[in-house]
Amino acid sequence: MTLKNIVISNLRRRKARALFVLVGLLIGVSTVVGLISLVKEMKNDMKHKLEMYGANILIVPKTENLSLTYGGMSLGGVSFDMQEIRQEELTKIKTIKNAANVAAVGPMVLGPITVGGHRILLAGIDFTAAQILRPWWSVKGKIPTREDDIIIGSDASRIIGLTVGDTVIVRGRALSVTGVLEATGSQDDGLIFAPLASAQDLLGKQGRISLVEVAALCSGCPIPAMVKQISAVLPSGNVMAIQQVVKGRMETIGHFQKFSYGVSALVLLVGCLMVLVTMMGSVRERTVEIGIFRAMGYRKSHVLRIILLEAGIVAAVAGIAGYFAGLGATGLLLPLFTEGQGHTAVSLDPVMAAAAFFASILLGIVASLYPALMASRLDPNEALRAL
Amino acid sequence: MSYIDAENLVKRYGAGEAAITAVGGVDLGIDKGEFVAIMGESGSGKSTLLSMLGGLNSPTSGRFLVDGVDVYALTSDERADFRKRSIGFVFQNFHLLPYLTLAENVMLPLAIVKMGKKQKLSAAIDALARVGLPGKATRLPNQISGGEQERVAIARAIVNHPPIILADEPTGNLDTHTGSEIMKLLTALNHEKITVIMVTHSNEYAHHARRLIRLSDGRLADEGTVLRRPESNGIKSDRTQKRRKAGRKEKSLT
Repeated sequence: MTLKNIVISNLRRRKARALFVLVGLLIGVSTVVGLISLVKEMKNDMKHKLEMYGANILIVPKTENLSLTYGGMSLGGVSFDMQEIRQEELTKIKTIKNAANVAAVGPMVLGPITVGGHRILLAGIDFTAAQILRPWWSVKGKIPTREDDIIIGSDASRIIGLTVGDTVIVRGRALSVTGVLEATGSQDDGLIFAPLASAQDLLGKQGRISLVEVAALCSGCPIPAMVKQISAVLPSGNVMAIQQVVKGRMETIGHFQKFSYGVSALVLLVGCLMVLVTMMGSVRERTVEIGIFRAMGYRKSHVLRIILLEAGIVAAVAGIAGYFAGLGATGLLLPLFTEGQGHTAVSLDPVMAAAAFFASILLGIVASLYPALMASRLDPNEALRAL
Repeated sequence: MSYIDAENLVKRYGAGEAAITAVGGVDLGIDKGEFVAIMGESGSGKSTLLSMLGGLNSPTSGRFLVDGVDVYALTSDERADFRKRSIGFVFQNFHLLPYLTLAENVMLPLAIVKMGKKQKLSAAIDALARVGLPGKATRLPNQISGGEQERVAIARAIVNHPPIILADEPTGNLDTHTGSEIMKLLTALNHEKITVIMVTHSNEYAHHARRLIRLSDGRLADEGTVLRRPESNGIKSDRTQKRRKAGRKEKSLT
C-alpha cells in the first residue's frame, strides 16, 4: 500500500469524476493537437503542391519597358531585343548560401522564328531541367535527345500542321519534331522548344539567356533570402519570386494558424476550468477522508501528493488519448482543407506526442493545484467533523 | 509527571462575545498503560478534548505533553509525525474507505511508512487476526457487519503499534453484544500496555476503563477511579471515590 495505490483505487471507484476530468483535458489536448497537426499538414500539402508547381524563382534581364507575361505570371519588364543574361554567369547561382535548396536551374532563350509562314516563338531550354521545372508536361512522342530535335506545343502543332516525325527547316537548318506537348493551358502551347544550344545558334544569341527559371525546394527555404542572394551574384538580372498565389495561400494558412492558437488557448482554458471545478468537488466530497489521512499522521504534503497524483494520472491518460483523438480528427478534416488533393496523409509525430503527453500532465497538475492546496490545508479536526 | 499531561487546556471557538468555550481549563495526567474513559453530556467537550489529546486540535491556551514533548509546540509536519508514531484513532463511524479492501484499509497508516510491500501486507493481516478477523483481508467494508467494521478500524489503529489509542464512541453505532466485544478487544489491547483513552456515553462500557473522567461544560466535573469488577460489571461512582479518598485527587485501586 502506497499513496499511488490509494489514488488508483480512488480513481477506480470515482469513475464518473475521473472521466469528467479526463474529458475536460482530452477535449483541450485533442483540439490543440488537431489544430496544430492540421496547420502542419496544410503546410506540408502546400509544400507538396509547390514542388509540383515547378519553378518558383524567375530571373529576367533588367529592363525599364515592354511588359510580358509568361505562364499567366508577370515576368516584369522583358524585351527580347534588349540585353540578355550571359550564360556563364548562371554558374554563380550554385555559389549562393542557400545553393542546397536549388533543385534545378532552367535557362531559356527566346526569339521569334518563321515556320510555314507563321511567326512563332522559339524557346531554347535545358530539357533535363525542364523535367523538374515543368513536371506537368506530357509529351506525345519523345523528349529531344539530339541537337536538331524539337518538340512543339499543342496549339502550334495544330496551327502550323506539324506532328511527330515531321521535319521543319528553320533558317536553313532541318529540325525533327520528336514530340508534341499535350495542351497545358499555358503559353507553352504556342511555342516550339529546342535544345538551348541549338536555339541560341538559330537565334544568333550564343552564350546569352533570355530568362532563367529556378526551382527551389520550398519547405522552410527562405525564398526572399534566396532572391536577394541570387540578385547579389547576378547584378544584370532582375530576380523575382513567383509567389503571388503561394503567398496568398500561405497568408491564409498563417491566419488560420493564429486563429487555431487562439481557439486552442480558449479550449485549454475551459478544459482547465473543468478540471479545477471537478477537483474542487472531489476535495469537498473527500473532506472526511482527508481528515482520516491527517489523523493517521499524513503530512500536508502527502495529501497534496494524493490529489496531484490523481490529477496527473488522469491527465496523462488524457494526453495520450487526446493526441490520438486530435490526430484522428486531423485525418478526417484534412481532405476538406486541402480539397482532397495533394498530401493528405497524417503522420505520427513523436515530438508532438511527447509534448501533448507532458503538456496535459502539466495542465492537469496546474489546474488541480488550488484544490490540492485546499485539501492539504484542511484542518484535520474540522475535516473529521464534516460528516 | 505523567506520560500524558494536559495543563490547563482551553479551547474556545469564535471570538468576542460570541466565543464558545468547548474546553475550559482541563488539567489531566494519564500514565502509560492506563485505560481512561471520558464521559459527559452531549456538548460537554469530550470530543474536543479527545481531538486535542490526539494532536488534531490546537488548544486556545494551555499545554499538552506526551512523554515530555509539548505536542502543540511542534510544527504541523512534526505533529503529523507524532500522530503517525504515537496515536491510533478509532472513530465512531469507523471511517473505513469504501473503495479499499479491509487489508488495504488497515494498511493506510503504513502507506506513508518506508516498508516493503510484503511487510505491510503481513502487518495488516496480523492486525486483522488480532481483532478476530482472519481470512477477511480481501473483502470490502460493505461486505462485513458494523461490528466487524469497528474491528477493522481498531486493526487500522494498531497496525503501526502506537503506544496510545484514542477511541471516540467506539461502540456508539453497535448493538450491546457487539459493543461488549469491542470493549473486550480494547481491554485486551490495554493489557498489552497500550494506553487507551475512550470517549463514551455508556456507563456500561465505561466500566472497562480503570479510570473515569467526567466532563461538564468543558470542565472536569469528576475525576475518579473505576473499580474494574468483571463479576458485577459495577462502577463505583466518582463521588463515592472522592469521599473515600478525601484529600486525594486521584488514586488507582487496580
